[in-house]
Amino acid sequence: MEEELESGVVKKFLYINRRAPHGTVYAHEALEVVLIGAAFEQDVSLAFIDDGVFQLKKDQDTSEINTKNFSKIFSALEMYDVEKLYVEKESLESRGLTEDDLSVDVKVIDSAEMKKLITDSEVIFNF
Amino acid sequence: MLHTVNKSPFEKNSLETCLRLIDESSSILLIEDGVYGALKNTSVSDSVINAQKTTKIYVLGPDLKARGLDKSSLISNIEVIDYKGFVNLTIENEKIQNWL
Amino acid sequence: MLFGILVNEGPYQHQASDSAYLFAKAAIEEGHKIFRVFFYHDGVNNGTRLATPPQDDRHIPNRWSELAAEHEIDLVLCVAAAQRRGMVDPDEMKRNKKDADNIAEKFRISGLGQLIEAGVQTERLITFGD
Repeated sequence: MEEELESGVVKKFLYINRRAPHGTVYAHEALEVVLIGAAFEQDVSLAFIDDGVFQLKKDQDTSEINTKNFSKIFSALEMYDVEKLYVEKESLESRGLTEDDLSVDVKVIDSAEMKKLITDSEVIFNF
Repeated sequence: MLHTVNKSPFEKNSLETCLRLIDESSSILLIEDGVYGALKNTSVSDSVINAQKTTKIYVLGPDLKARGLDKSSLISNIEVIDYKGFVNLTIENEKIQNWL
Repeated sequence: MLFGILVNEGPYQHQASDSAYLFAKAAIEEGHKIFRVFFYHDGVNNGTRLATPPQDDRHIPNRWSELAAEHEIDLVLCVAAAQRRGMVDPDEMKRNKKDADNIAEKFRISGLGQLIEAGVQTERLITFGD
């Protein structure tokens, strides 16, 4: 288990997810950073933009491609106090998805609000 | 805020997404294959020229040169900088977003 | 200015490691300090001791080792990503009962907490990837 920082510094962390799950490793390994990062008590938000919205799609079943179904971890994020998940409305709509297609509670925000979220963040992770 | 884009706009939507989500007071630095986004007379040039109304755009010179391009190939008012300039941009901007 | 650098891709496949290296060098030349370079995803492959690129091409892993040695830069390969991709240091070799290790000089393997720490402790975190 990683040591926590003594300094007491709290920064606004934003994890930007723009890639679909399973075709590449980025979505999975980004989530691992979020989980480890949760122990450091920063102010964490996750943003799902472009193909990143597909990471939250319900009913993912990887049994026939034999990879780890890491999408289940999204429902556990709450237990790690990672609760601010934002999905860009334009990205959802252009992919024919609605909030009902998603596996966890998220806040759907438009581009203007997403712009503000990015601008307000202090440390941004892109994978 | 400083935004960097490292992918060609003809390969990936990173520049498009950057332009959609960039705050007006920000700057964009195009690096690696992202420099192709600065070319004039392409299918994306208009969106870049439009962004220039509010956003200052820079291009990393070494990446331009590597790709056989120079300032004459670019949309006007795009500043070509070197790695020292890249470092200075990161100093001048408190926050950084690296679009991949 | 204190910098953190994240490298998400392996050597040669993507320009990421090159761009990161050139940025780090320029930052140092301008008098700044690099707190840590953290390698994630295929970026852990930058830490191999076994690369033999052609003589007339840059040696990406060695270049990082040399820069780290000269300027005391902490080069960290993420342990989870390293384990998946077969990047092994002497401790990991013993722990996971492997018959070899392959880490280059000045690289060390450690947890994702080192990346988070870089995010908290540095003034600027720059990411190079695909």
